[in-house]
Amino acid sequence: MRIDLSGLRTGPAQVWGALRLVPLLRDEPVESLRLHGVAYEGAWRSQVKLTNTTSYYSYVPHGFVADWNPESGDGAQSAAYGTQIVDKSTTVRGMPMPVHRRMAQKLGKRRVRFLPLHLAMEGYLALHFDGPPVAWREWSDRFVQHGLSPRSEASYNGAAVPGLRDALRVFEIHEGQSGVLVYAADALAAAFVVPHPDDYRELHPTLVLDMYGELVYQYALMMPAVRDFHTRLEDDTIISLADLRAAARAQSRSWAEFHDTVMANALLSHDYTAERAYQMGDFDLVRFRPAFKPGDENHIGEAITDGAGRIAYLKTFRLSEAQIRRGYLLELLASNGWRLSAAAASIGTTAEDLRGRIRAAGFEMMLREKAK
Amino acid sequence: MVAAEDVLLFVNAATASTGQREFHGDALGQEMSLDFLHEYMLVNYRDLYATTLALGINDHNAVLAIRRLLATGRDATAEQKAAEGALIARRLRELPPPRVFRLFTALRRDGVNNRRTRAVIRDWMASLDSPAYHAVKYRTGFKAGLKHAHIDVGDGELRDFLFGPLERKPYTTPILETWRQAHYNSGALYKLPYTVAEGFAAKHGIKREIFLERIGDRMTPLERLRTGEDALDPLALIDGGAKYGGPPVPWLTRLAVRVLALPLDERAARRAEFTDALRAFAAAEAGKLAGTWGRVTAVLDDSFSSFGSPVKRRRPLAVALACHFLLEALAAQGQYTPLWMSGRDDPLLAYPSGATPLGLRLIDALETAPERIVVVSDGWDNSPPGLAGEVLRVWRTRLDPQQRVDIVHVNPVFDAEALDVRALSPSVPSVGIRDAEDLVPLVELAQFAQGRLGLPELLAYLDGRVRRFLGAD
Repeated sequence: MRIDLSGLRTGPAQVWGALRLVPLLRDEPVESLRLHGVAYEGAWRSQVKLTNTTSYYSYVPHGFVADWNPESGDGAQSAAYGTQIVDKSTTVRGMPMPVHRRMAQKLGKRRVRFLPLHLAMEGYLALHFDGPPVAWREWSDRFVQHGLSPRSEASYNGAAVPGLRDALRVFEIHEGQSGVLVYAADALAAAFVVPHPDDYRELHPTLVLDMYGELVYQYALMMPAVRDFHTRLEDDTIISLADLRAAARAQSRSWAEFHDTVMANALLSHDYTAERAYQMGDFDLVRFRPAFKPGDENHIGEAITDGAGRIAYLKTFRLSEAQIRRGYLLELLASNGWRLSAAAASIGTTAEDLRGRIRAAGFEMMLREKAK
Repeated sequence: MVAAEDVLLFVNAATASTGQREFHGDALGQEMSLDFLHEYMLVNYRDLYATTLALGINDHNAVLAIRRLLATGRDATAEQKAAEGALIARRLRELPPPRVFRLFTALRRDGVNNRRTRAVIRDWMASLDSPAYHAVKYRTGFKAGLKHAHIDVGDGELRDFLFGPLERKPYTTPILETWRQAHYNSGALYKLPYTVAEGFAAKHGIKREIFLERIGDRMTPLERLRTGEDALDPLALIDGGAKYGGPPVPWLTRLAVRVLALPLDERAARRAEFTDALRAFAAAEAGKLAGTWGRVTAVLDDSFSSFGSPVKRRRPLAVALACHFLLEALAAQGQYTPLWMSGRDDPLLAYPSGATPLGLRLIDALETAPERIVVVSDGWDNSPPGLAGEVLRVWRTRLDPQQRVDIVHVNPVFDAEALDVRALSPSVPSVGIRDAEDLVPLVELAQFAQGRLGLPELLAYLDGRVRRFLGAD
């Protein structure tokens, strides 16, 4: 799958500190699909039941409701603070713990609730989650029996990314804006697209509730302020106001072209492996993952695409270098039938070196310590 | 030349900034930048610094300047002191009393108690129309001022009121007697100023609604605005001015702020009433200059950043709206074109939203072939960034080197980081503005910012302003 942003125009960027926000404008909004936000209370530790035996725990402050033909309620549960002796009248002291059923849940005939970015993140975490189908002797018993469980990844909440809250606050939303690309020190941090400008206006502040990769946090924290790409007009060819206007238009066009082909290139030109999570009428809710190329820009994300593959909704997460390596190793092993030697040979290295890499990536529990 | 630039820089800051939070910057940054500029002016150009008191810098900065001048009297020559004294006394009379009393408290806190300070306080107190009224309404500040300046209030009942126990009865001054009675009689408190009556109402346990209903006519227009009980009829502002302390009240801008605070439905419903009131105020402000500016095009900013901040809600937008009506009055009949940033063309229904395509609007403005263009904007040109500066540069260098079109940029927002209001281009002057009423003198001042006129002309101009300012009473 490719990310197809046709129907969206690139607008002039706005800069705040090390962050650059590039608006994406829609001339014709997608009327047949709308998104709304749902805020969840007590989100610090939310549980998402994926299957009977598998759960996903994270900070889930909000969800989106997709409505493709223009009441929500989640049961309240809590986790007790240790063992407590209570009589009949008092209740157990506990912290509230919202439980969501599935990442994408039907809410009515033509409505579905999904948890933004967690859908994509869960897809990444569940990558080869079950472990090897054949119990080769290089893998530990635990890995063979239980797979990668429990598998965890860390990310930064938007509120913790320095300057992001202010950047979103002072950002002047354009007329017809339906999306934004967030850059930290000119590295693409996140893409966010919605079907309709009104939805964007409503959901713009929720960007601060999302999660961001380590690189985004570090760049926003340490990098110096980025500069505006200032317009330059060639004055020797301008002899009338009409020329002036034409020159200004040409400048806007050249910025959009530069942005699409240079700045957002890595997001738009890569191929992604997509997986459908929900089908809603003509639209598909999919999550996608990249080819995991270490040293390259890798985004995971989720999208709602229409029949022709155009993006109606998009949200991406930039993986950190360590996360890319973990994804790469898992894909490499799986593609070689979980044989360590075959995998090592395919990248031209030794099995011992690959073992070292697996350990360094934080997957030591996969490997058997002593040979049987 | 440097002096002229520095003075204009300071005037820009001291006109636009009130030390409050702005859309892009916080209050602390504004305070720090202002502090630096005041200190810089005081040390380097003491004469010019005092002169700025006559230039319509805002009340916040006037107080800061007076505080610094009084505290550093020992660095000034006798001549300077005399000039400063006259300016300070004149400016104090224009300030609303609460600000003056706050200034006195600040002077006491700073330990500034030289002979000149005492004389300034004494003169101001002596010039009050009704000392008893001020003593009741601003009791703490009034007392602090008296004590700090060692002023003898005599043996009269004012001394008993301020310093004695509650023994004397009855007072012969009506307001003091009302104040005494209000301790026992809940009916009497309705004759007291609103803020004082509020305390007595609490003491007597009077319900808030009943209190507000009965106190109604004792509130100043601003107090009525703050309680938010009954929306102030803006037309009442025309004759409501008598109750408010300072004489030069910027009613046009205030009315614009008020109108913009109303919901869009109400603005649409009362459109004729508001438009007439704004036009009437603008005509009064324009005075003799009405219709003399020829063909004018205004570029007015209603982008999202014109929201200002929670403490200066919609201030930049209100300044733009007030400037719109003022320019309409100043321009020749039917020769005025307003261009709003958003492309909407109904000024009364303006609301802050959208980006700032300043450059494209400037091209639109130049196409109307005006004699004068006034840009009212905070200068955050972002759609695309920097186009406005380029348009102005190309216009000035290639298309209009003779400067036939007079372009001026007034900016209601002080950019604390840059220590100046955000300029659009070096070829066009940018000046800070607080109230739309100052537009005409600011446009006069802007010609110095462009570097066309140098320091001697500026000094002559300032002299004129000072003489007008001091001779006004």
